[in-house]
Amino acid sequence: MLQIRIHGRGGQGVVTAAEMLSIAAFHQGRHAQAFPSFGSERTGAPVVAFCRIDDAEIRLREPILAPDVLIVQDPTLLHQVDVFQGLHAEGYVLINSQRSFHDLGLADIEQRYRHERLATVPATEIALRHLGRPLPNAVLLGGFAALSGLISLDAVGHAIRAKFAGKVAQANVAAAAEAYAFVRQELEDLAHAQAD
Amino acid sequence: MLKQIEGSRAVAEAVALCRPDVICAYPISPQTHIVEGLGELVKDGTLTPCEFINVESEFAAMSVAIGSSATGARTYTATASQGLLFMAEAVYNASGLGLPIVMTVANRAIGAPINIWNDHSDSMSQRDSGWIQLFAESNQEALDLHIQAFKLAEELSMPVMVCMDGFILTHAYERVDMPAQAEVDAFLPPYEPRQVLDPAEPVSIGAMVGPEAFMEVRYLAHAKQLSALEVIPRIAHEFQQRFGRRSGGLVRGYRCEDAETIVVALGSVIGTLKDTVDDMRERGVLIGVLGLQSFRPFPLAAVRAALQHAKRVVVLEKSFSVGLGGVVSTDVRLALSGLQLHGYTVVAGLGGRAITKASLERTLREAIADKLPSLTFMDLDWRIVNRQLEREAQVRRSGPIAENLLRDVGTVASKVS
Repeated sequence: MLQIRIHGRGGQGVVTAAEMLSIAAFHQGRHAQAFPSFGSERTGAPVVAFCRIDDAEIRLREPILAPDVLIVQDPTLLHQVDVFQGLHAEGYVLINSQRSFHDLGLADIEQRYRHERLATVPATEIALRHLGRPLPNAVLLGGFAALSGLISLDAVGHAIRAKFAGKVAQANVAAAAEAYAFVRQELEDLAHAQAD
Repeated sequence: MLKQIEGSRAVAEAVALCRPDVICAYPISPQTHIVEGLGELVKDGTLTPCEFINVESEFAAMSVAIGSSATGARTYTATASQGLLFMAEAVYNASGLGLPIVMTVANRAIGAPINIWNDHSDSMSQRDSGWIQLFAESNQEALDLHIQAFKLAEELSMPVMVCMDGFILTHAYERVDMPAQAEVDAFLPPYEPRQVLDPAEPVSIGAMVGPEAFMEVRYLAHAKQLSALEVIPRIAHEFQQRFGRRSGGLVRGYRCEDAETIVVALGSVIGTLKDTVDDMRERGVLIGVLGLQSFRPFPLAAVRAALQHAKRVVVLEKSFSVGLGGVVSTDVRLALSGLQLHGYTVVAGLGGRAITKASLERTLREAIADKLPSLTFMDLDWRIVNRQLEREAQVRRSGPIAENLLRDVGTVASKVS
C-alpha cells in the first residue's frame, strides 16, 4: 500500500489535492482512499490530508503516520510543523519551492533520503502563470507524477477535469504538465550530475 | 457503476435513487455535504418529483418529516450531534407514530466541550427512541444501507436511522459501486402507507393515549422491532441477490470461527480492526472481529451465537455512559448472560481521537494476557488528566476544565497524530 501525506495551509486546496490523487489512482484501476485531517481549519492554518493507494480494498482508517510520500504545499510549514515525521526510509518528498533542499535548510533530509526521490518545484509561480492564483495543489500532483512514476500525468489530468470544469480545469492541467516537465528535467540533471 | 466519490456524495446519490418525495434538513457538520448534494440533485432536475424544504432548525426538520410522512410521502432527512439532540422530541414522535422516515446520522460527538469530530454519542443518545439503528462500516455499506433502509422502514412502518462515521466516512473519497436506477426501482417498491392523512378518507393521527392503552402501544413498537430481527437479514439477502454485495444484516463476523478473542465494534473502525486482526493472526493469535450492523433492534441471539465459543470478548466502542462505562458493552453482556467469558470494555476514539492499529494491537494483547482493566479508555493522556485532578485538589477556583487541559496540551488547534 502506498501512503501519501499532503501538508499545506487552509485555502491551498490540500484536501482537494488528496481527493484528486485518489481519483487519479482510481482512473488507473486502483483502490484509493482520500481523507482530510478532519479539522474545522481556517484559511492559513496548517492542514493535512491523506491518500492511500492499493490494489485491494483499503480498510484501514487511521491517519497516515508513516508516509511513503510527502507533498508539502507551503515551505513555510517546514519551520512550524514536523512534516517529515514518520517518513519511510525509501520515501519521496516533493516541496513547493523555488529553492533547493540545501537552500531550504534541509541538508539533513538530503543526506537521509535517496536524492532521486527528493524534488522541489516552484508550484506557486507555475500556478500564478497559468491560473492567475497561487493555488499549488494540482500543479504539485503533476510534479509528483514525474518524481515517482506512481501515477501518470494523464491520470492527474483526468482527476483535475473530474474536480474542475472549463477554463479552470484547462489551466490546471497545463500547470500540472509544466510541473511534470520541470521535475523530469530536475531528475535528468541529477542523473547527469551523478554520472559525472 | 464504479465511482471514486466522497461518502456524502455517495449517500446523496443513493437516497436520490430511492425517489424520496420530500427532503427536509438543516445543515450541521459533518452531515452537510449529504443534503447539499441532494439539494443540487433536486435543483438540477435529476431528482424529480421531489420537494426540498429548507427548514429553520433540526426540530423543524423532523417536524416537517413527520408531517410529510403522514401524508404518504417518502421522506428523508439527515443530521448529527447537537442537531439530533435538538430534534429529540420529534424523533420520539416519529417512531411513536410509526412513520417510516429515513434519516442519516453522520456520527459526531456531543458537547460540551464543543467538538465536531466523530464518535457515537449522538445516535447512542437516541437508542431507546424506537428508531431502528443501522451502522455502516464503509461508504459502500452506507450507500447500500440507505436503499435497504427505505424498504425496511416502509415494510414495518417504522423509522430507520442510518449511522455513518462523521468525517471518517462522510468526508472520505473511496470507490463505490452505484446501482442503476432500474435496479433500485425493482428492489424498492413504491411506498404503500399503513396510515395516511387523506382528505378523501379522513383519519386523525396522534391521539392522546392514557393508561388504558399506552403500555400496549409501546409494546407493539417493541414487537415490531423484534420482527425487524427477521426482516433485516431477509432484506440484506434480497439486496445481495440483486446487487451481488453483502451489506447490512444483523451482525457480520470476520475470522471468528476458531477465535479465542473476539472484538465487537460498530461502524468504520471495523475496517482498522480487520487489518489489526490479520496482523495478529499472522503472529499466531486466534482473534476475530464481530461487527454489529444493527444496533436497534439489538440482535441478542445472533451476538450470543457468534461469541459463545470464544474465551474473551472485547467491546470496542466510541461511546460511553458517564458513571457506568460502556453502552454497547452493556447490551453485549446481556447477550452473553450465563456464559463464563472474560469481558472487556474499551472506550476509544471519543471526539475524533484517532484509533490506530498500533494502539489496538497493544490494547488487545493486554486483554489476551488478561491484564486489561474491565473498563479502559484507549490512549487516554493521563498526564493532563492528573494535572487537572491535582489542580482541583489544590485550589477551589480551579477554572474551566476544557480551557485548562488545552493549556496543558499546549495547543488550541487539533492534532491528528
